[in-house]
Amino acid sequence: MGERLLMKGNEVIAEAALRAGCRHYFGYPITPQTEVAHYMAKKMEQLGGTFVQAESEVAAINMVYGAASCGVRAMTSSSSPGISLKQEGISYSAGAELPMVIIDIVRCGPGLGGILPAQCDYFQMVKGGGHGDYSLPVLAPCSVQEMYELVVEAFNIADRYRNPVVIMGDGYLGQMMEAVTFRDEEPIYKADKSEWATTGSELKRDHHTVTSIYIEADVLEAHNNKLQRKYAEIKKNETRVEEFNCEGADVIVTAYGTVARIVKNVIKDAEKEGIKVGLIRPITLWPFPSESFEKYAGKCNDFLCVEMSAGQMIEDVKLAVNGRSAVHFYGRTGGNVPSQPEILEQIRRIMAEK
Amino acid sequence: MATVYQKPHALTGKPFHYCPGCTHGIIHRLVAEVLDELGIEGTTVGVASVGCTYNSYEYFNCDMVQAAHGRAPAVATGIRRSLPDRQVFTYQGDGDLAAIGTAEIVHAATRGEKITTIFVNNAIYGMTSGQMAPTTLVGQVTTTTPFGRKPELHGYPVRVCEMISTLEGAVYVERVAVNNVANVRKAKAAIKRAFKVQMAGLGFSIVEVLSICPTNWGMNPQKSLEWLEQNMMEHYPLGNFKGKDLEV
Ligand SMILES: Cc1ncc(C[n+]2csc(CCOP(=O)(O)OP(=O)(O)O)c2C)c(N)n1
Ligand code: SF4
Ligand SMILES: [Mg+2]
Repeated sequence: MGERLLMKGNEVIAEAALRAGCRHYFGYPITPQTEVAHYMAKKMEQLGGTFVQAESEVAAINMVYGAASCGVRAMTSSSSPGISLKQEGISYSAGAELPMVIIDIVRCGPGLGGILPAQCDYFQMVKGGGHGDYSLPVLAPCSVQEMYELVVEAFNIADRYRNPVVIMGDGYLGQMMEAVTFRDEEPIYKADKSEWATTGSELKRDHHTVTSIYIEADVLEAHNNKLQRKYAEIKKNETRVEEFNCEGADVIVTAYGTVARIVKNVIKDAEKEGIKVGLIRPITLWPFPSESFEKYAGKCNDFLCVEMSAGQMIEDVKLAVNGRSAVHFYGRTGGNVPSQPEILEQIRRIMAEK
Repeated sequence: MATVYQKPHALTGKPFHYCPGCTHGIIHRLVAEVLDELGIEGTTVGVASVGCTYNSYEYFNCDMVQAAHGRAPAVATGIRRSLPDRQVFTYQGDGDLAAIGTAEIVHAATRGEKITTIFVNNAIYGMTSGQMAPTTLVGQVTTTTPFGRKPELHGYPVRVCEMISTLEGAVYVERVAVNNVANVRKAKAAIKRAFKVQMAGLGFSIVEVLSICPTNWGMNPQKSLEWLEQNMMEHYPLGNFKGKDLEV
């Protein structure tokens, strides 16, 4: 094992990206992810990479679009209001099939909302905030260590499928410091981009075009069908989930990111009261780990979805459970975090109603 | 027999879809001739924008990237920063560059991005059927200024070269027209110079080309050229705004 360091989540994002070979970063300042840019500004200059502080998130995502067209590993990072602005560029990038990594360290909304942590970007990231039929792998780490591993993995998934990949973490994950153990060498997927990247033809091959426009209906439909086949492949290969204590559980709680960590403590509290609580923690929000829910639906009668939002992931939970069990919800907004006692109280209530 | 005129290599040869008399075709050809003459087709990446030339990637033979409406300078920034030894150009209309893409062009210029912008000013939104552009002249009738552009309702036409030339990062700024043979030659010389400035690594270069849109102006091509000469040239004077004496 390699170095073990105490680092802030946002800095780990940047360090992981550099270790994954990313030398092109484009961003615009916004709390609570700004440390990513600070780290990148310093390192890119030292490493001879590219750091551009763009004039807006709109410009930043389009710079990533340009860099990714040339086949380099490129990324941007932002937080909720900034991600709203990036949605146009994200849709174009999905359409043009450009590999890139987009970091969203989520804060509370709507509007300018606040700078405190939240999970209220689930809809705009998982369901596609931009226009068109597209999907993006959305990875949701729950610790700084997992943040590191998933950022490296995000670049690999992006290159493997020629698709933008999102890392979505709540503000806590960006801001908190934890120990992280780095590998000596990263597992890098090396994609051959020579067939499509716009690097200059040297007059040795036909010219390459990166585009998302297909004016004829049948041609665009064929393109869409190809994208859908790719998404099916991603669903098959890249779904990630952690299941904990679910077999024979009285209640299965589902949560991701920071909330899932709180739930792990609640499980211990509940055990003392003789209640067996399980946890399904989606690590990929898209593709959603529906199979884990299908497995226990009908067997465990009560699911409880806990989010730092007014209820967004719960839609996917309900689709997966498909009426075979009750799906309860508990959420806090505005930057508030569902606490251990609050979640335990919800579980007690469900048990009392049984 | 000596060949005196042929298709530039940097054009694919696919017939243009532009309306009869539209000068987008001439401007495409000039860019392609410059790529040929400088021998840079193989080391150039172009950025197509959103407007009538959205698919200019089908006409230019160099590698091409299609950008969202107004975002071409940001896309070009990403390309140029990834390929430091290549040339990058954007080809943008006046709606694309001077309305929705104002932030992107101003900041690419002020950062001194080593890219070349071909800015086609036809005083109208061509592709979407003739709405007012930021460059539409006072009094000009468009589909969204049916009684003519009135400053008190619609503001004033923007002069892009004058504005961009105030930015330190913009090192070569010139306005040309393609209304007659002499001006077409000057336009080509300016485009060539703009690419040379980029190749010398001096900073951002832009050539604004006054162009006609017979279809949406509602005039035949000849009348359109006269209208351009009598009206556009008055508000948008031709000439160099910056970088005339650069050694390239
Ligand atoms: C975000 C967005 N808004 C609006 C449009 C519709 N649209 C397409 S082209 C265009 C205007 C282009 O005008 P200009 O840049 O002057 O180019 P021209 O066609 O005149 O050459 C508009 C508004 C779009 N494609 N995308
Ligand atoms: S609409 Fe105007 S700008 Fe577009 S191709 Fe026709 S004449 Fe040219
Ligand atoms: Mg126009």
